[in-house]
Amino acid sequence: METAYLIETIIKVVVILLVFSALAGIGTYFERKVLAFMQRRLGPVNVGPFGLLQVGADGIKLFTKEDIIPTNVVAPIFKIAPVITAATAFMAAAAIPFLPQFDIFGYTVHPIVSDIDVGILYILGVMAVGLFGPMLGGMASANKFSLLSAARAAAVFISYEVVTGLAILAPIMMVGSLSLIDFNNYQVEHGWIVWSQPVAFVLFWIAAFAETGRTPFHLIANDHEIIDGFGTEYSGMRWGLFFIGEYANMFFISFVIPILFLGGFGDGSFLGAMALLGKMAFFFFFFLWTRAAWPDVRPDQLMWLCWKVLMPVAVINVVITGLVMMF
Amino acid sequence: MEQFNNRNVAEGGYYLVDIEEYPTDGWGKFKRVVKRTFRGELFVGLWVVLREMIRFDIHTIQYPEEKMPIGPRYRAVHEMKRLWESDTERCIGCGLCEKICISDCIRMDTRIDENSRKEVTEYTINLGRCIFCGYCAEVCPELAITHGGEYENASDQREHFVDYEYMLTPIDVMKQNAQKEFEGFGAITPHEDERVKKTPLAY
Repeated sequence: METAYLIETIIKVVVILLVFSALAGIGTYFERKVLAFMQRRLGPVNVGPFGLLQVGADGIKLFTKEDIIPTNVVAPIFKIAPVITAATAFMAAAAIPFLPQFDIFGYTVHPIVSDIDVGILYILGVMAVGLFGPMLGGMASANKFSLLSAARAAAVFISYEVVTGLAILAPIMMVGSLSLIDFNNYQVEHGWIVWSQPVAFVLFWIAAFAETGRTPFHLIANDHEIIDGFGTEYSGMRWGLFFIGEYANMFFISFVIPILFLGGFGDGSFLGAMALLGKMAFFFFFFLWTRAAWPDVRPDQLMWLCWKVLMPVAVINVVITGLVMMF
Repeated sequence: MEQFNNRNVAEGGYYLVDIEEYPTDGWGKFKRVVKRTFRGELFVGLWVVLREMIRFDIHTIQYPEEKMPIGPRYRAVHEMKRLWESDTERCIGCGLCEKICISDCIRMDTRIDENSRKEVTEYTINLGRCIFCGYCAEVCPELAITHGGEYENASDQREHFVDYEYMLTPIDVMKQNAQKEFEGFGAITPHEDERVKKTPLAY
């Protein structure tokens, strides 16, 4: 393997890790601000200008807090669970093209760690593995709320994952590739997939909420029902890893949705890159927006929705797509 | 003040919400799902919060810098009033407040001074014990001990005392006629002059 390729990849990995770890922190700031404004509050204002340094204060708090391993937990699993969440979130980023390729000092940079053939399958698979974090963490903890949360994680997991897979199947049939770069290039030629596959787009979007555990489907760690769910017994940076994983996941899924359905970065111009970032910002904002506006559903309602409504719709969508492509 | 006094909450326009019958059979449930799905109720919710965000009508009170006005009947840390006429203390050392205090937090000591008047020598209220019930203000025959609006009385120990000098209206405030009468427990109600009756002995 070429040394230059190796160095480039390592730099890309480090940049993605640093940028999205920082973004996860800033994401919490935006979440608090947006939620506050929607609820006619001010949000963080006291630490730094406009409360911007609140992120740093939170970081210092998380890093310096005591790392408590409670007596009755299954210690090895309890310790590894947050790492699974955070690691898989960042691993999923390997196949996401964050920007179109650009030249810097005469060297072409592809802002994607690895354009693998099974891109979208890899992303969905690795993100799905991320659900093991809450599940193992909840099961390793020694209280019933964490256990309930773990059970919910398993239930949510098998419910939405079917919808995600089936919803994305129809666009994959049209594009004929699993690589996100190919998805992007297909849309440059044929127009955005959302116009030909609106149902798949909505289904995938709904499933993304379950994937990231955001508010309509925020039942894994629902504060008002099961305290903090799997995070109840966690403290310090272990809890922080769960947090970073959750927010990094939000950012990555906000990148994946526009790339799959909304034209991605288009023809690769500067404008296209900015458009991708804008679309990403909208989807991220929508995650916060729904949190302010919508109530949570019960676990049985989520399963009802996924199995009895979304999955049949997704299957019908796949069949119709197949028929249209055949004739 | 008017908003505090009006206790008739039904005037604000209460009405019965029209709740549909819950569907019992499968077809009814299916129809309800379809209706809810396509009526766009979720978007109404989204619009409402976005509207509030755009309007930016923030209701936060940044507490240490900004404070809400509190009602004149609010029962916070006690105050000792002075007489308007002579600027001397109203307290006559009768000890009723000490007697009635249900949490036993008032202690006072008195003596007979040179003019054969009772004079308060020691007067402390243990705010750690005080439950701010207002009995002392209500029982005081001279409207001397009242409640004030000072509610920031956090302390680093459980026994937090205020004494007579602390509670007493400062003399320079009194000279500016700036003493505020308490309108809560024990205070003279409005139109008291018209309602006052002579003692039964005079009938």
